Amino acid sequence: MTTSDMTADGTADEGPESRRLDGNAAAGPLRELFSVDIIAAACTCAHCGGTTALAEHVLYADAPALVLRCPSCTGVVLRYASAGGQARLDLTGARLLVLDLAHDGRPG
Amino acid sequence: MTTPTVTTAGPARRGGRLLWTPARVRSVQAETARATRLVLEVPGWAGHVPGQHLDVRLTAPDGYRAKRSYSVASGPEQPHVELIVERLPDGEVSPYLTQQLRVGDELEVRGPVGGWFVWHASLGGPLQLIAGGSGVVPFLSMLQHREAAGSDVPARLLYSARALPDVIGADRVAATDAGVTLVLTRQAPATWQGPTGRVDARLLHEHVVPPDARPQVFVCGPTGFVEAVADALLELGHPPERVKTERFGTGGGAT
Ligand SMILES: Cc1cc2nc3c(=O)[nH]c(=O)nc-3n(C[C@H](O)[C@H](O)[C@H](O)COP(=O)(O)OP(=O)(O)OC[C@H]3O[C@@H](n4cnc5c(N)ncnc54)[C@H](O)[C@@H]3O)c2cc1C
Ligand SMILES: [Zn+2]
Repeated sequence: MTTSDMTADGTADEGPESRRLDGNAAAGPLRELFSVDIIAAACTCAHCGGTTALAEHVLYADAPALVLRCPSCTGVVLRYASAGGQARLDLTGARLLVLDLAHDGRPG
Repeated sequence: MTTPTVTTAGPARRGGRLLWTPARVRSVQAETARATRLVLEVPGWAGHVPGQHLDVRLTAPDGYRAKRSYSVASGPEQPHVELIVERLPDGEVSPYLTQQLRVGDELEVRGPVGGWFVWHASLGGPLQLIAGGSGVVPFLSMLQHREAAGSDVPARLLYSARALPDVIGADRVAATDAGVTLVLTRQAPATWQGPTGRVDARLLHEHVVPPDARPQVFVCGPTGFVEAVADALLELGHPPERVKTERFGTGGGAT
């Protein structure tokens, strides 16, 4: 975000960019499906080949589905929605997920 | 040292997945004019790592549902789960949580979640926390834990608030032996000696543990604040892998 996106008092304009979150905030919805926290998993982007933790992706949670975008190329990496007792997961943009099972994202 | 063990099955878990579970409101207290502290009793709470959040779900009589995330304000050593919610006047969920909710009410929660934006004494330091507005909430949990664990990890908190009465967690901020810099963005008393105005690269350069000390940096608050601070930190030479961010969305508004 550049300063031109900011109003004088430092608040952001009300575009979807001003409400984007970190991938870490998708941890709850994804635990509806997965028995471990996959948010710390290293994800290789199918668009640009870059590898970043899912937690460090950019999350758009306003849409009917939650959308995780690659922090390098902004390509859609993961889409997830659940409604009416059905979960829908689209991982087309994720070439590889590498998950540390020993820690499950937790220290100690 | 009390390391929260969290992998065992509790009532909220079935097949390892995390389900919505009812929580009871034990107390509702004004934290500031715009923020409310909620103490919750969550049966089967698996214990959290400082920095984790939970999701809250509200269901209207007509079946309409809204969910939002809230960081855990309490430390893992404390007996109950505490949240601090800031009221956004035109928001959907925060006015309900701050003004309508009463002791004894039930809320649906799902958590703790978010194993990324966490700090635990075993992870070491130095620790640099940077908060805008309600973004201080997960740091209150980290500071509480650091003290309860008797950790000697050097820690600093840079906290940007609108004015002194808007400071969330004032007791803990005053009591901690971590170095605290409070920045007031809107209004400061005539006698105020500390920094004022926007948190920019110059202020970060002066008040944040420098990159050569290799701090673990956490930045939390409204999306605009977090992105501006994270960009400035990278400019100052902090490597991206040592800067973790938690954007709250517009939640928290101006800082
Ligand atoms: C991981 C995480 C942890 C969090 N922890 C905390 C915490 O500890 N304490 C805390 O107070 N908050 C926290 N938040 C923020 C919290 O989740 C809510 O976003 C906040 O309480 C506002 O919710 P609301 O329903 O009241 O407002 P909303 O109804 O979501 O509205 C928020 C703002 O966005 C605007 N808006 C909403 N939708 C649109 C749209 N479609 N177009 C244009 N403008 C729109 C509204 O006008 C309003 O100004 C956290 C967020 C995350 C992701
Ligand atoms: Zn990419």
